[in-house]
Formats: sequence, structure tokens, C-alpha cells
Amino acid sequence: MFLTNTEEIPGKTIQVCKGVVSGSTVRAKHAGRDIMASIKNIFGGELVAYTELLSESRDEAISRMKQEAQEMGANAIVNVRFSTSSVAAGAAEIYVYGTAVVVK
Amino acid sequence: MELIVFITLLALGYFFGILAEKKHFKSINKREKLHLRLPTTSLKRPLGTLPPVTESSLVSGNVVISVDYCKRILAGLRNIFGGQVSAYETLVDRARREAILRMKESCPNATQLINLRIETSSISKGAKQQIGSVEVLAYGTALYCRPDDSVYFT
Repeated sequence: MFLTNTEEIPGKTIQVCKGVVSGSTVRAKHAGRDIMASIKNIFGGELVAYTELLSESRDEAISRMKQEAQEMGANAIVNVRFSTSSVAAGAAEIYVYGTAVVVK
Repeated sequence: MELIVFITLLALGYFFGILAEKKHFKSINKREKLHLRLPTTSLKRPLGTLPPVTESSLVSGNVVISVDYCKRILAGLRNIFGGQVSAYETLVDRARREAILRMKESCPNATQLINLRIETSSISKGAKQQIGSVEVLAYGTALYCRPDDSVYFT
């Protein structure tokens, strides 16, 4: 499965367009991590717990999108876009969408 | 008692914050020099003439950085008078550069990186106790060419 955020895949040609696919996930870290983050907040610096949380949920969203594309019979997703929003304190919603295509 | 706690937090934030920021900027500058060889653009097509592309993949890097207690207070004061809030400027600058670097580090063998997009959001928005942190995600498409083609881009 090829994934790009460009409109076409260099070196390949798009043959069939299958439509829009998307994946989303909402995740939160346990309270312990949240407390750690608020302590870290006094000193400033990277909040590793939240970085991990977001990259994990991004992977999860991408894999859901890939699954949807596979069910459609596509072998690539082009023009992938990410969007992040916070639904509640300490929880993040990651939404990823793209266009499923068949390339050769 | 409350005043003591406040001053302690302020002092801790001030010293550790400055230290952490200096260290971070130093490491960013060092790593940015290492990754200068990888051309990165926000264009939709590859720059110059590339040898046949063998592989392309989506790459991304993200980071969450928070501002220290002292700077948050200073930024709050700045809010009253208006003007440039340098405390938050350096925060987002650090976060963006770090995210781009992480993205580049995830594809050391790429020939070129195109269609770079950067997205900034705050994950703790709406929280009662406002956490001054930003989340930056940088993503793009890494192009890989055959390693024997020495002309990378003209």
C-alpha cells in the first residue's frame, strides 16, 4: 500500500479512482501520565507522554484508513491529510483522510 | 504560604526553562546542519530533474512541547499590554523545527522530501487548568531514487 500526500505518485500512474477513505481515533492517556505532564509543565520542555499518545493514535488512524482502502480494492492512497482536534482535556482526536486509487 | 509556592514555581520555571530551551536550540541547530543535504520543499512536484523514483512513502514527525511556568506568567502579563509575546514565539519555533527534524530523521535514505505540510494544534484546549503546550505535526512525501544515480537534483 502506497501512501503519499501528493496528488500523484511519482513514477506511477493512477488508473482507477476508488473514492475518499478516512480513519479516525480518539485517545487519552491515563491520569498518571496527565499528572506527570502537569509537573513537566512547570519546567517546560517536551511532554513525551503526549507525543507518544499522538503518534500512537496517528498510526491507529492510518491503519484504519488503509483497511478501508484495502476493502475497496485500492493499492494506494494519495493526497493524505491529517487533522487534530481536542474533544476533551487530555484526549485527542486524530482524523486522517485521503483518496484511494489503483496505481500501476 | 501561597506566595512562597508561587515564587518557588516561578524561579524553578525560570531556571529550568532557560536551561532546557538553550539545550534544545543547540541540539536543533546541530541536527539541522546534519540534515541540510536532504532537499525539502512544500511543492507538489519534485524539484529539478530526478532520476526515476523507485519508492515513495508518507513520512511524519510530531512533538508536544510545553512552556514553563515563568514564561506563562510573563505571557499573561504581556496579554494586558499587548505586543509581541516572545515566550510563545520561541515555543512554536522550537516545536516546528523539532517536528521537521524528526520527520527527516525517519527517512535518512530519501533523495527528496516534497509536499511538506505543518499542522499546529493544542491538545489541552478546553481544560480547566490551561496547559500552555503546542502539538506540531509535520508530514510529507519522501521520494527514494536508485542509489547509483549520483545526480540528485540539478
